[in-house]
Amino acid sequence: MWRPSWRGNDERRKMAALLGLLVNPVAGMGGRVGLHGTDGTSRLAEARRRGAASVTTPRARRAVQRLAGRDIEILAAPGAMGADVMVAGGAEGRTLEMQVGPETTAADTQRAARLLADAGVALVLFAGGDGTAGDIVRTIGQRVPILGIPSGVKMRSGVFAANPEAAGELAAEFLARAERPVAAADVVDVVEAGTAPGFPGRPPDVELRGQASVPSLGAGRLPGPKSSSVLASSAAIEALCRAVAAELSPGTLYLFGPGSTTGRILDVMGLPSSPLGVDAVQDGALVGADLGEPAIVELMGLSPKTKLVLGVIGGQGFLLGRGNQQLGPAVLSRIAPEDLTIVSSADKLVALQPPLLRVDVGDEASFAWATGFQRVRVGPSRFMMMRVAGAA
Amino acid sequence: MASSVDALRQEMLAETGAATIDELFVQIPEAHRLGRPLELPGQLASEAALRRHLVELLGRNTSAEEVLSFLGAGCYRHHVPAICDEIVARQEWLTSVWGTSSSDFGRFQAWFEYASQLGELLDLDFVGLPVYSWGCAAGHALRMAARMTGRSTVLVPRALDPERKAVIANYCGNQHLERHLDVRSFAYRSEDGRLDLADLAGQLTEEVAAIYVENPNFFGVIEDQAQEVVEAAERAGAEVIAGVDPISLGVLAPPGELGIGLAVGTTQTLGVHMNGGGGAGGFIASRDEERYAREYPTLQVSISETTEPGERGFGISLFEQTSYGAREEGNDWTGNSVYMWAIANAAFMAAMGPRGFAEVGSSVLQRSHYAAAQVASVPGVSVRFPAGFFKEIVVDFAGTGRRVAEINGALRDRGIFGGLDLSPFYPELGESALYCITELHTQGDIDRLAATLREVTR
Amino acid sequence: MTTAPEREAVPSPGARAAAGAAGAMPAPRRYHAAVWNEPLIMELGRPGRRGVFAPAVEPGIGALAGDPGALVPAAARRKAPPALPELSEWEVLRHYLRLSQQTLGMMGVSLFGTCTMKYNPAVSEALSRLPEVREVHPLQAEETLQGLLEVVYGLDLALRELSGMQQFVFQPGGGADASYLQACITRAYHDAQGELSKRVEVITTIQAHPCNSATAAAAGFKVITLPLEEKGYPSLAALESALSDRTAALFVNNPDDMGIYNPEITDWVEAVHRAGGLCFYDHANFNGVMGKIRAAELGFDACMFMLHKTFGAPKGGGGPAVGAYGCSERLAPYLPGPVVVLEDGRFHITEPAGGVGRVREFIGNFPQILKAYAWVRAMGGEGIDEASDLSVLASNYMGARLRRVPGVTRSHPSISGPRMEMSRYSLETLTRETGVTAVDVQNRMTDFGIDAFWLSHEPWVVPEPFTPEVGETWPKEDIDEWLAVLEFVCREAYDDPETVRTAPHNQSVHRVDSAHLDDPGGWATTWRAYRAKHGRA
Repeated sequence: MWRPSWRGNDERRKMAALLGLLVNPVAGMGGRVGLHGTDGTSRLAEARRRGAASVTTPRARRAVQRLAGRDIEILAAPGAMGADVMVAGGAEGRTLEMQVGPETTAADTQRAARLLADAGVALVLFAGGDGTAGDIVRTIGQRVPILGIPSGVKMRSGVFAANPEAAGELAAEFLARAERPVAAADVVDVVEAGTAPGFPGRPPDVELRGQASVPSLGAGRLPGPKSSSVLASSAAIEALCRAVAAELSPGTLYLFGPGSTTGRILDVMGLPSSPLGVDAVQDGALVGADLGEPAIVELMGLSPKTKLVLGVIGGQGFLLGRGNQQLGPAVLSRIAPEDLTIVSSADKLVALQPPLLRVDVGDEASFAWATGFQRVRVGPSRFMMMRVAGAA
Repeated sequence: MASSVDALRQEMLAETGAATIDELFVQIPEAHRLGRPLELPGQLASEAALRRHLVELLGRNTSAEEVLSFLGAGCYRHHVPAICDEIVARQEWLTSVWGTSSSDFGRFQAWFEYASQLGELLDLDFVGLPVYSWGCAAGHALRMAARMTGRSTVLVPRALDPERKAVIANYCGNQHLERHLDVRSFAYRSEDGRLDLADLAGQLTEEVAAIYVENPNFFGVIEDQAQEVVEAAERAGAEVIAGVDPISLGVLAPPGELGIGLAVGTTQTLGVHMNGGGGAGGFIASRDEERYAREYPTLQVSISETTEPGERGFGISLFEQTSYGAREEGNDWTGNSVYMWAIANAAFMAAMGPRGFAEVGSSVLQRSHYAAAQVASVPGVSVRFPAGFFKEIVVDFAGTGRRVAEINGALRDRGIFGGLDLSPFYPELGESALYCITELHTQGDIDRLAATLREVTR
Repeated sequence: MTTAPEREAVPSPGARAAAGAAGAMPAPRRYHAAVWNEPLIMELGRPGRRGVFAPAVEPGIGALAGDPGALVPAAARRKAPPALPELSEWEVLRHYLRLSQQTLGMMGVSLFGTCTMKYNPAVSEALSRLPEVREVHPLQAEETLQGLLEVVYGLDLALRELSGMQQFVFQPGGGADASYLQACITRAYHDAQGELSKRVEVITTIQAHPCNSATAAAAGFKVITLPLEEKGYPSLAALESALSDRTAALFVNNPDDMGIYNPEITDWVEAVHRAGGLCFYDHANFNGVMGKIRAAELGFDACMFMLHKTFGAPKGGGGPAVGAYGCSERLAPYLPGPVVVLEDGRFHITEPAGGVGRVREFIGNFPQILKAYAWVRAMGGEGIDEASDLSVLASNYMGARLRRVPGVTRSHPSISGPRMEMSRYSLETLTRETGVTAVDVQNRMTDFGIDAFWLSHEPWVVPEPFTPEVGETWPKEDIDEWLAVLEFVCREAYDDPETVRTAPHNQSVHRVDSAHLDDPGGWATTWRAYRAKHGRA
């Protein structure tokens, strides 16, 4: 009878890909006891006092179970930071040599991420939330792609799979590819400073922490549509950014807001971008990088026309939030409504529940002209109508 | 309707919490409601009455089986083996919709066998699931080439089926809109009907994305300048797209052998009845290279394995680039097509085998050449391109002083469907008609045609 | 891997049926798909074996025509014969019968939403096999096609009555092709008004079928998509903010796949018309509103019906299909030919002078047109109206029962009240609590002979979605069986998630590994490509 030659003859599949596994065992512990994250040690102690148990560990194990028995070699952070979960999940691999104290800290996460990247892993699969993602990206940037097993309290960064099993499957699928396509994704975190109650139903303010490289797989599960992962198709974004770049008018000052999508537009123009800041471009040249409000206002004074290009930050639909003090009232009140372009991946907009874009610039009146419905450009010839609301 | 039973209605209604079925329509504003019964012809509830009505209606058609037909032009009467009919009548795939690759496994395997066998005929190794028709396949392939090359002019033959040409025109869009392709025609040589290489070369600029060439062409003429076309295209950086009728590929060189990387054509001649034009189906195939594969609008069935070691499975490849996967960002669009005919095609190709295709190809060659000779023996009647043709011939009635329409009318009175009148489409050919001769035309049939033509043109 | 019903005592088929009739939840059916372990057809046969023969060439023909090889110019001759299998007729027949047995189709219970699975009457199939259907050439003279033309005309009249439109054509080879025809007609209409260079935008909604936006884009339009808002449909304000003198058309369905009917649709149509755009009604979800509403009276300029869904023609695994396209008097001049008209008691074929030409060769998939005509005649007006009643009743019955299944929620949980002929549900809770996904449940249900449910078109507005639709064909017993299996599987997801995640276990094959099928090194769409990439097995 027929026997497949598939495994035997495909050289590519003989090479085991190296996966880095990193668990933040204390992430997410605040959620069940009413604390917003465990990012500070004082919060963690409070969470433990209130009786929280690790949320990440069982969720990470569910993801690892999807890797067991596959042709994947794991390099895990030690103990509770990965190796324990690897063994419990029935997967095989090695453990990173690294000393860890009894209570792991953000510094441990950062160190483990760097050591995994240095060891040449093809992907860092991590368990945690936005805080953990921020720690990793702060250390390794876009050197190595990362993928989150959702297990924190806050998961608004574009690096998380829909659930632990999907994370395991996506990781396995990504590693099995000959070419491993990646896309950039925003890593964000909630601004903790404003602990005031705010308006009911008002989403927390988010701040951009950096950009990660994430697997970009069209997960063609047959038959039927792909699983609804937040990981966007990089091809569509690429086409969008090329189109926007190609259509910039001469003699006009363009202000690019923060975020991965706006950064990509500068990339295709061959210009550097500041992921967290505002950059200015005129006639194909970068005329200002990571600008503050006074510098922007000064540039605007030198140009007959200024246009603003904004991306949508993270999973909360923020166009402008606390991370964007540079684009304050002094700038926004000088932009004409028709000179605003909003760019985003369609997936990011579809994931917004409710479908609202938000701004929080302190002075509501300065951006009132942009509220109501706006066309968001999601492809070269493709738009979505999105309602833009003030922060309230 | 099974749930018409009153008791069942009440049981279901009770579960919904509504008092009447009408309450379930509460979302529709009263002003939107039709508010009167539908006025349709009376119900034919009994199968007997329905059958009687339709048999009587359909009896007003004359089938090509009752008469002697020489109509072709994109829809052909070849023999359909009884097993093809038997197989596609199976309820399992007749009623299948989408399923999973495990629960509709047999259908996936049949589709893979369709693509695999067609690939052998074409000498190409990447084949998508079929599209609506040959013209639709050609339209998609031209757009694929435009995306591959980043160019927006396409060259198509003047000798092109008017139906197919109209489809291609639609697929190439409108100049006022994006993604429009500029369609230009290259000439055929008036002496032998083959493509005019000089005219083609003159139009082959750096804007040309693709040259579409059919073999045999619309006039049935076999093109033998493939190598020259391929070389010219390579020099210009353009793609060549072959249009073929796969029933010819037992005897005619397949696109792959000719060095052509992208091909389209009909699937109707592979075991599907004419069905009043409803047998139409088209294929897109290419070399298994990523540059082609990434531009397909269709679904493709790929062989794979299952989670059980050693077990074979089939899955859809490149789903994400279709409109199902990417909506308007996908390659053109796809949807329900003619997938059941792909199963008839698979059974047909398997039943024919390499010898069957060689046999039917030779038979068509010999019969069409015999027919050309017989028809040309009729006074005033000639065959316009008298050498190197397959299945179809252009019959020129100039010498009879009669119009094709008139001749076809007289033939019809004598139980013969003459060929398609070309005069509305190719005024330069005068009173000519396209006659189609397949393996089903016997010597007696052809002799009868010649004799009847002699009679009606006298 | 054994399955739960095999471990437990199996009720007799009669006992199952009796329990169902008594209103109790029937136990899942004991089922296993056929496993033939059938080789590929290319692996079968022996060199020299023959299936069908072409009619032998008569000596007279051979003598006159000569050697067939010499009739082909040397440069155009095939060099190597195609590597097709060599089989006897019986082997071919048996092979494909085995494959058909490994295809579930509607042999199980198929409540496949958005596709309106219904019975395809056997009499229609039988009629479609008559020589007067099969052996008819589309370019025959009108007088030899009167039967075909009358069927086309008769169905045209019936669809006019169902929609209020002026004229139907059946050329599009499916629903997506009808949407493409609308894009072509939109192009032709605005071009004729001299406005096409300006009117370049088509508006649609996020839950409209992907083919609506894809065909508009393929035809060259820019696409503007409206998101769903709190009432379950996009707001009129969103539409109005998208409208301008660049608007070419609105492509929209109603009700949508969630079973939400947009009551503001007439305001939408008016707003689009005020902006100078056309309104196209994708009637994919017609089964719940047949005889209730008419597209033309809601103000639409054109609509589309799928004969292979709503009108009783079979799906065939993806066609041959028909997207019947109907339009108002305003758009009729732009229709593709051939158009059938009745004059002096005879049916004629006409070609609209300013029409779009063709979106596909010939008049349409005639056997499917015939089956739809037969369905309309067999149902009659009252029957069609009743079919909608039963579809909406069954959908809401199912919805009420579904919401009691653990782990299942309905789309737009905040919107109460009945839905139309189908709705979309979510297994998000189940997935969160067990890790079992909608795809896992779909696969596991096939272990009990339940045809895979439809998840959702892209994008997934509802997480872990599934979209069942009952229609008028399926009796309560079948709905109950379907529900019982779903409930069984959902409970199993909590008790034994591994069995669900690794399903199917009772199918012809296990779950297919499709991870490599988007990689050039992994895909093989033909046997020859497979052998080239992976060596001969």
